[in-house]
This record gives sequence, structure tokens and C-alpha cells, in this order.
Amino acid sequence: MSKRQAFIWLSPFIVLVLLFFLVPLLYMLITSFQSNGAFTLQQYQTVLTNSYILQGFKNSITLSVVSAIIALIVTLFAVYAIMNFSEPMRERILILTNLTSNFSGIPLAFAFIVLLGNSGLFTLLFDKWEIGVLSSFSLYSWAGLLLIYVYFQMPLALMLLYPIYDGIQQQWKEASALLGASTWQFWMKIGIPIILPGVVGTFSVLFANAMGAYASAYALTSSNYNLVAIRIGSLIKGDIFAQPELASAIAVLLAVTMVLAMLLSEWSIAKTRRKL
Amino acid sequence: MKKRSFTDLFFLLFVVYIVLPVAATMLYAFADKWNKTILPEGLTLKWVMTLFQDPAFIQAFGRSVLLAGGAVIVALFVIVPAIFVIVLYFPKYEKWIQATVVMVYSFPGIILAVGLIRVYSKFGISMILVVLGAYVIGILPYIYQGTRNSLRNVDARQLLDAAQLLGASKMQAFTRILLPTVYPGLFAGALLSFSVLFGEFVLINLVVGSRFETVQIYLMKKLSTSGHIASAVVFVYIVLMGILTFIAAKVTKKTKGATNV
Repeated sequence: MSKRQAFIWLSPFIVLVLLFFLVPLLYMLITSFQSNGAFTLQQYQTVLTNSYILQGFKNSITLSVVSAIIALIVTLFAVYAIMNFSEPMRERILILTNLTSNFSGIPLAFAFIVLLGNSGLFTLLFDKWEIGVLSSFSLYSWAGLLLIYVYFQMPLALMLLYPIYDGIQQQWKEASALLGASTWQFWMKIGIPIILPGVVGTFSVLFANAMGAYASAYALTSSNYNLVAIRIGSLIKGDIFAQPELASAIAVLLAVTMVLAMLLSEWSIAKTRRKL
Repeated sequence: MKKRSFTDLFFLLFVVYIVLPVAATMLYAFADKWNKTILPEGLTLKWVMTLFQDPAFIQAFGRSVLLAGGAVIVALFVIVPAIFVIVLYFPKYEKWIQATVVMVYSFPGIILAVGLIRVYSKFGISMILVVLGAYVIGILPYIYQGTRNSLRNVDARQLLDAAQLLGASKMQAFTRILLPTVYPGLFAGALLSFSVLFGEFVLINLVVGSRFETVQIYLMKKLSTSGHIASAVVFVYIVLMGILTFIAAKVTKKTKGATNV
């Protein structure tokens, strides 16, 4: 195939990537340094001194870290259990997970409203059993958001952890047992060091996944809860008070946070590899 | 043995947590009265019936299918040839596609929405087309994965060379040999892409808004007005996703079996 022919086939794709991905992102970056058309650092100054926006960052980061850790721990053990099942059973579980990985955003928020909303299934149950502590639980709060975030993190965690566990071969366990190692020793000296880089990588993907999530939080708290994604949304959507420059600056900082998380995980993976 | 039951407990927790919200919403869609009791007082079809008699829902459903389906079709015609050309003839540039895939996958819609609005809102072009374009790029990771896996399975380059050696024209080799082998993977990727886009809310809501009411936006509106109708919408959504996932899984399994022979 000649270069020219190849170019004909490639150009529509390149044009689309430019038009609907690279140019918008670049333009957003430029916008974040503007105020009424002039170059300025003012937007970033606003972001870094505005306690409301900073609180949004803090809330988002806490929610993302905590939901990622909980989902990771539950899924780590769950995947280990799945590994012991028969092949067809494992396949069925993977299909189910695949299905629920698409169950996010507005439908997911609604499903939790059915369960734990003001007149939800469990809310009624807790009232009936007079479990005071539980009936004072509010879905429309940090704790409620955490439940939903953990929900959409778990299928993703499973998809990412499954191949990592798959890498640990039964023979290794048998070999180490033959050489006199206990199960505990196998995991401490062999198992965990092998899966650790993968787990750290999974964590950073989950973190980024939660940081960028918008729809479920929006559906549940209709922009009342202060999260970065919600702040960006309301700054670009408000037709009268739209502040695209400020929204761009926050979006750039959100992207920076996610890139930092990725770099941190790369760094720790490299470090654990060196130790091995 | 003790350890086994300990991890099984986590597995159970995982499954219950994943299944419970889905099951409750499904039940709610068929619940007659469910205000004071733990379980519904009766079952009824009226919410689902009402939903399908609502022209607004039918239209929203049509718009979602049109938008998501349109994006998948455009992606098949634009992205797939590009992947073929790169993988078959310029493998050293494949890392560029991979880098784009990773970037597209990791950039959340909320960030992209800011840029899209900034660039295109003042040109007076239809913002629905902008969302369509963003959707096409948004499903690049799924289409790439589906195509690439199949190409890797069959060693496409050698297959093409062999076909041409045996006298097939380039076009014949391509349509008769290569396309049928990657078709299942591509099909599964397309189904997955469709279901991802069908559930998309961020871009359509922020960039276009309620001017183009898709199923997700319709659902968002119903959340505050009628819980039963909303659950009927979620029911329809889950059933649709279930069918798509099931077909995709079947197709992928079949290809795996075929290549193992």
C-alpha cells in the first residue's frame, strides 16, 4: 500500500481525533489562561484561593480514594474466591460483571434511591425494625455517594484484577509448598509481590474513574454536593452565570490531579519491580 | 478450608451488593403500591404500559438509538479502516493509536465537555453533531480492542499475503478473508460501544441539554416526578443492556472456540 493510499484511509480518523478530542482539550487549556481574551493567571489564582472550589477538590479526592480502597479490598478477596470456581461459573460471573459495569450514572443513582432513598426499601425496613442509627442514614450525603461510587468501582476493579490473579499459577503454589513454605509465606514472599504492581495500577485507574464521575452525583444531589466534576458542570451550564474560563482552569487542575495519580502509581510500580 | 470460606464471604458480599440495587429497581417497576410496606402490595404492568404509551419516551428512545447507533456506524467506517491500515502496513506507528486510546479512555467526559462547548458553541453548528463526533472518538477504545484482538489471533498480515499469493486481488483478500475473521470481535466491540453510548449522560446533558431528550435525560426528568415511571425506564434499560451483553459474550466465546480449533 502506498503512502498516499494509506493517508486516504487514515485521514478521516485523524481529522475526527483532532476535531473532537485534541483541539477541544487544547482550546480548554488556552481558555484557562484567559480573561476577556487577555492572557492571565487570574483563573488559577481564583481556584487556589476560593475555599469553596478547594473544598470541592478535597471532597472529590477523599471520595475517590476511599471508594477505590473499599472496592479494591472487597474485589481482591472476591476475585480470589472466583478463581476457585469452575470455568463455566467464572464465565457467568464475568458476564454479570460486564453487564453491571455499564450500570452507572442516572440509572444507578435511581436504583439506590429505590433502596435507600426517603421511602426506599431499606429505609422502611430500618424504620420498622427501629434501628435508629441506620434510619438516620441519608442517601443524599457523603455516605450515600460513597455507596454509589463503590458500586460502580467494583465491576471495573474485577475486570482489572482478574487477569492479574490469573497470572499466579497453581504450580507456583505447589512448588513453594513442596519447598516447605506455608500458605502465609507464599503470599507474603511470592503472591503479594507479584500482584502488587497490578493492584497499585488498578487503584490509580479506580481513582481517576471516580474523580471524573459526574452523572450519578448529579442525579442524586442535583449539584448540591460540592464535588469538582459538579462544580465544572454548573460553571459551564449556567447560561447566565457561565464562567467558561474558570471552568477550564478547574478542568485543567482536575486533569492534573488524575495525571499525578497515574505518575504516582507508575513510580510505585517501578519501585516495587526494582525490589523484586 | 477456613480461608476458602473467608474469601467466599467477600464474594457473596460482592454479588449481593451488585445484584440488590438492580433487583430492587426491577421489582419497583412492577410494584403496584409500595409506600409503607417492605415488599410491594401487589404486582402490576401499568407502569411499563404507561411508559410505552408516552410518546415522549418513545421519541427519547428513538433519539438514543439514533445517536448511539449513528456514532457506532460512523466509528466502524472511520476507525476500523484506520486500525487496519496501521496494524497491517505501518505497525511502528501503532503506538500512536495506542496512546490515543489510553488518552480517550482516561479523559472523563466532564473535562471534554468544557472544551467542546468552548470550541463549537459560537460557530452556530448543531451541537448534536458535535456530541456525535465526540461519541465516535469516545468509543475508540472499545472498537480498537475488538478489532485488534481478532487481528492478533489470526496473524492478519500473513493471511493477506497468502491470499494474494494464491491469486486473490487485494480487495478480495480483504473482504473475503480478513473481514470475516475480524467480524465477530468487531461486532462484540460495536455492541459494547452502543451500550456505553446509550448510557451516556454527561456530554449530551452539558453540551446539548434538554433540546435533544435522550433516554438518560428523560429518566433524569422523571426522577423528580414519578418514581414508578423512572423505575420502568431503568427496567427497560437494564433489559436492553442485558440482551446486548449476552449477545456480545456469546459472539466472543464463539470466536475463541473457533480460533482454538
